[in-house]
Amino acid sequence: MNEIAPLHPIGGYVPLLDGPEKVSGRAKYTADVIEPDALVGRIYRSPYAHAEILDVDTSQAEKLPGVKAVLTGADCARTFGVLPIARTEHPLARGKVRYKGEPVAAVAAIDAATAERAIRLIRMRVRELPGYFTARAALAADAIALHDKKPGNIERDVNFELGNVEAGFAEADLVRAATYNCAEVCQNQMEMHAAVARYDAVRDRICVHASTQVPYYVHLMLAQILDMDMSKIRVLKPFVGGGFGCRTECLNVELITALLARKTGGAVRTVISREETFITHRGRPETDIHLKIGLRQDGRITAVDCECVQRGGAHSGYGVVTILYAGSMLYAIYDLNNVRYAGRRVLTNTPPCGAFRGHGTVDVRFAFESLLDQMAGELGLDPMAVRRANYLTAPTFTANDLMVNSYGLPDCVDWVERESGWRTRKGRLAKGKGLGFACSHYISGASKPVNWTGEPHATVKLKLDFDGSIVVLTGAADIGQGSSTVLVQAVAEVLGLDIARVRILTGDSDVVPKDNGSYSSRVTFIVGNAAIDAANKLKALLLAAAARRLEAEPGDIECLGELYRAGAQDKGLSFEEVVGEALKDSGTITVTGTYSTIPESHGGKKYRGAAIGGTMGYSYSAQVVEVSVDEETGQVTVDKVWVAHDCGRALNRLSVEGQVQGSVWMGMGQAMSEEARYHDGLLVTANMLDYRVPTIRDSPPIAVGIVESNDPHGPFGAKEAGEGSLAAFLPALTNAIADATRVRFNDLPVTPDRVFAAIERRARQAELDGNGKRRAGGA
Amino acid sequence: MARLIELTLNGRRRIDAVPDNLLLLDYLREQAGLTGTKTGCDGGECGACTVLIDDLPRLACLTLAAAVSGRRIDTIEALGKAGALSAVQRGFHEKLGSQCGYCTPGFIMACAGLLRRNPQPSVEEIRAALGSNICRCTGYVKIIEAVEFASDLLAQGGTAP
Repeated sequence: MNEIAPLHPIGGYVPLLDGPEKVSGRAKYTADVIEPDALVGRIYRSPYAHAEILDVDTSQAEKLPGVKAVLTGADCARTFGVLPIARTEHPLARGKVRYKGEPVAAVAAIDAATAERAIRLIRMRVRELPGYFTARAALAADAIALHDKKPGNIERDVNFELGNVEAGFAEADLVRAATYNCAEVCQNQMEMHAAVARYDAVRDRICVHASTQVPYYVHLMLAQILDMDMSKIRVLKPFVGGGFGCRTECLNVELITALLARKTGGAVRTVISREETFITHRGRPETDIHLKIGLRQDGRITAVDCECVQRGGAHSGYGVVTILYAGSMLYAIYDLNNVRYAGRRVLTNTPPCGAFRGHGTVDVRFAFESLLDQMAGELGLDPMAVRRANYLTAPTFTANDLMVNSYGLPDCVDWVERESGWRTRKGRLAKGKGLGFACSHYISGASKPVNWTGEPHATVKLKLDFDGSIVVLTGAADIGQGSSTVLVQAVAEVLGLDIARVRILTGDSDVVPKDNGSYSSRVTFIVGNAAIDAANKLKALLLAAAARRLEAEPGDIECLGELYRAGAQDKGLSFEEVVGEALKDSGTITVTGTYSTIPESHGGKKYRGAAIGGTMGYSYSAQVVEVSVDEETGQVTVDKVWVAHDCGRALNRLSVEGQVQGSVWMGMGQAMSEEARYHDGLLVTANMLDYRVPTIRDSPPIAVGIVESNDPHGPFGAKEAGEGSLAAFLPALTNAIADATRVRFNDLPVTPDRVFAAIERRARQAELDGNGKRRAGGA
Repeated sequence: MARLIELTLNGRRRIDAVPDNLLLLDYLREQAGLTGTKTGCDGGECGACTVLIDDLPRLACLTLAAAVSGRRIDTIEALGKAGALSAVQRGFHEKLGSQCGYCTPGFIMACAGLLRRNPQPSVEEIRAALGSNICRCTGYVKIIEAVEFASDLLAQGGTAP
């Protein structure tokens, strides 16, 4: 008998629904929107790192035939920025320039050659000011403030002490302190930034294509900068070629292109170069950390004292949030009682940093897991045993009021211990080989959105019509992470249908409900729950319609996906029949699902900014990294990575594996080769040869273990999977190198020259120690 | 200055007038309207613009349009027959060798070139053939699985790479 049963799309290996477009070249990204009448936009950028602008002379550029518009800071006095408390940026600099490469003027011309010639005709007169390219330089007593409202170039100081840190240290058997430096890193997503804007002068409306993770924030900032009513703006988000956080705020290229389009009264397409994409930046800041930990012989952490200084760049961006995350996310992974944190975000004459994948948590986690590993070694403890001595017990609230409801870290640690052969192999590998271990975690969406409006945190609409297909309408931005696929799966799961019945429409502000965007790993959790809510509402309508036709109570109707029936003996109604009945009431059906985080998840009030770090669910990750170190060349090879990630429940196992592997690998780039370097404020690594991301030849096999802790609030139990595994790679690598070489690397990236120099130092030291011993022995 | 070029683009003969300094990449995207080939860098860094010139993977950003007269150019749009995905395309789709998709056309063309000359490559041969293509999403693990899957499909008599 061919029994009809509800289908369960959740939990399988589901290829991305938009995959066929991507593999066939049909996927259109912003730069692929090529319209014959569009002008070419280009940006003139400051050659000065810090200067007062005396004059920007565009007269020669304006006279060039084919130039249709030239703009400078004089054309727009308004400012933008992602945080309502820190909107300090002009789309084109006014009064001052604060980093080399900051946009100063812009041109729209009939073709690229003309636009580029016009840019070369622009002249800028300035009074140069001293440039501050390190946090230390910007903090000097005599340093000139980059921004008048930020004396001392301090964007934000964060200070808290929870518990009693000194008492904690007094209780410890071992107290150690160390200093760490993590180089600035860039997202370097494959698609360069681009925007296409078309201004409709007849109706005073504008339509902007943006390569963004946050179409809604772009919408807000367009209204702000253009001084236009929001209802006159349409934002389209085509396919997006990666983001990793650099597109979680509106960028100057989108605003400049829109300003040019309005000035020309038509369409402008701006595709900036890879070099300009690097300079637009929004990467992870260079971070200096001084960390002190107290540890008991039984492995318990008794106190933590962490100082963290971030070189934030020339504008605020997400800076305040980043420095808050660095402190708050010390918590929620281990049971910590006594913690002091002093964070300082500094403004410098370098491109603005932003919310890079693992926002704010990564560099501090590197320091923490490194020092813990070192101290475990000194006390003769297994690094895994030290973690086990400090596990949380969920459900719980941390000392800084973060809500932890599910906690799969123990299973993650067990998995990597078993799969890597840790117990039998650690300390027994051949010379030059080592194993390292570390853990990390991340939020599943910030519980309080950046723009607090009082609305639900997510809204999803479903449309069901005569054809029996369901369309999901959502503003959630799929940037390659697979969010559209998972939302379709969620809706199909609730209704017991094949995903082929469900389509999704996103990325058009005229049609889809507003969404805060794809950042802080919020979409699966927050938008996923809204999708489930919408699907449940739709299901209720269908059950009621079926009950009417079958002359039964809705509660007696059984939904089998393609069949609705009143009990097992009833031959029931097909899905199409139920839809037909349901449409009789209202015609086309639309339902709205919403989701809001609960107040308990909003973090606490124990210090200013303590809401940052609050989330509905934390993901957890454990990693073991195996390395080979060539002591002759300093070359480190990662032979294999074992990573276990607690994503609550894997809604799409294929995506979870891909996201976790991508996170680990991105951590590897930061740990081993990636570094933004400046010369007098000029970013000299603004290309993919000097900014070296690992190639396929450098990249190891990454075995993924999926741990499912079933979060009570997560959509079908799910939590995030796309960020939490990045951070653990960094310390797992340096712990592995320490295992292989007895040398600890506290500065990232661990490049071959650094490894070689450190091994040389170790050899010299050994020689000196040997001489000393001989002398001492002879005396 | 401009000149006339005559080429076979995705199996069709074309004649176009192109400026001497026009890159093959810009010719494909802006003149021929084939935007599947992507621009990912400022020249020769990332591999996103890889196309096949007479079956060999080449970077369209380092090739002048004027230099391909008389040659056979295949871009991502040429793969697959009658709307079906080719073996390599299926591999990247079904095994998640493509996340954001931006590097994907370049990777797929480099793989198609590899599998046309070596239908059963080893992992080391796959790594060697894709060493100049950068992907920022996958960590390459599933890209290798995608190529192996495509290679298996070909061994079972699947469509051409």
